[in-house]
Amino acid sequence: MGRLLSIVERGGPRADEVAKLAHPHVGQAHVIGITGPPGAGKSTLVGKLVAEAENAGKRPAVLAVDPSSPLTGGAILGDRVRIDANNLEAFVRSVATRGHSGGLALSVPGSVRVFDAAGFDPVIVETVGVGQVEVDVTATADTTVVVANPGTGDAVQANKAGLLEVADLFVVNKSDHPGATDVRRDLELMLDLSHVSGAEEIAGGRAPIVMTNSLDGDGIGELWTEIADHHQRLIDSDRLVGRRAHRLQTEVRSRLLTALEQATDALIADRFDATQQTIGESAAPSELSEKLLAELLSPAPPQTEGAAEPGA
Amino acid sequence: MVEDAAETPLRIVLAKIGFDGHDRGLRVVARILRDAGCEVIYLGLRQTTDNIVAVAEQEDADAIGLSMHNAGHMTLAPKMVEALRAADMDIPVVVGGIIPDDDIEPLRQAGVAAILGPGASAEEVGRTVRDVVNARA
Ligand SMILES: Nc1nc2c(ncn2[C@@H]2O[C@H](COP(=O)(O)OP(=O)(O)O)[C@@H](O)[C@H]2O)c(=O)[nH]1
Ligand SMILES: [Mg+2]
Repeated sequence: MGRLLSIVERGGPRADEVAKLAHPHVGQAHVIGITGPPGAGKSTLVGKLVAEAENAGKRPAVLAVDPSSPLTGGAILGDRVRIDANNLEAFVRSVATRGHSGGLALSVPGSVRVFDAAGFDPVIVETVGVGQVEVDVTATADTTVVVANPGTGDAVQANKAGLLEVADLFVVNKSDHPGATDVRRDLELMLDLSHVSGAEEIAGGRAPIVMTNSLDGDGIGELWTEIADHHQRLIDSDRLVGRRAHRLQTEVRSRLLTALEQATDALIADRFDATQQTIGESAAPSELSEKLLAELLSPAPPQTEGAAEPGA
Repeated sequence: MVEDAAETPLRIVLAKIGFDGHDRGLRVVARILRDAGCEVIYLGLRQTTDNIVAVAEQEDADAIGLSMHNAGHMTLAPKMVEALRAADMDIPVVVGGIIPDDDIEPLRQAGVAAILGPGASAEEVGRTVRDVVNARA
């Protein structure tokens, strides 16, 4: 299992092979995304949720994503310290973003599918909700939980990061902190004012807000119930199917774009020499690109060979 | 394939076994490894060998780094090596800490892949980890 996940994380033809093998067995797991700023208590919360799931007789798995250092490519993946503190059964996998955003967008859904096919349910994905990449990753989830931290202006930051739009549920963690009720009020205000709420399936309502203390477990039971309710509503309203179809579409699109980009680069490398001069006739850029596009889109393009060996 | 292996960062499970003290040293090592381009799966204090084996499997670790600052290294480090063998996992164990010279050879005999003293430079730490992993690969 650990090895399999490494293959998926590396991407490429072997990852695609794993995906093919897993495919007939996927679709059973409830995928729960947990996102929010660093230090909000996501990992601590995930640990408590895992314990809750295990108590309910389930077999949860966790994918905990943390950023790689852009300078060295290394990473310190510390989520296990908080997650493992609660339980022993769950499968926890720490994932580094490894710099390339597109790679993460592919590898996270890939790893989720491996867990799903192996019978894990729910699959919980923890990401730092700061950039677009991380927000994109939340698209992998059936239920997205945004965790806010009682720090200065956290609700505002969540708004800026585009997290309000993707949230099905909000958690104000560290309810033991005096600022927690303020964050809750800010969130309510912002949701009311902006009319954004991922919880479209609640007629006329906004996404629920749950207060939790992830250290002593206060509010975790309520959160678990809300998560399960959201999942049930998705199923009952046929939205689960819709969301997953949308997810599939997004993934296929991003794969197509990647493939097209590679094919384009190969074609360009083939047709332009190192001195930037066009080989063959000189033509207007529009003319040239039209011609190359026709070549790119023609059936069985010869440059697929070239795409496998860039820089040759 | 070869290119893949070179591009994928090494994954190191980093932990302290037993009941001793604080995690300051361990955090420093974590940062050194990160700066050397490794992905550090940081477990912190009070880990058991059984837990480390389970984590190494889940995380598909390339190596295990143990920090030891009490006298436990002569029993705990070999126990770690033994636990990995029992689980049929061929993962090198690197021990860091204040290890008396006399203990180094017995630890190697017990299957510890490398030993790093507290004075090891960042460069040395990174190189040692890469070397022990490559020796297995
Ligand atoms: N007071 C309090 N501290 C918490 C709570 N949840 C988490 N923490 C602490 O917040 C810090 C960051 O937690 P962590 O789970 O690592 O946050 P993450 O970065 O969002 O994953 C840790 O020191 C936790 O012990 C909570 O509900 N109340
Ligand atoms: Mg975390």
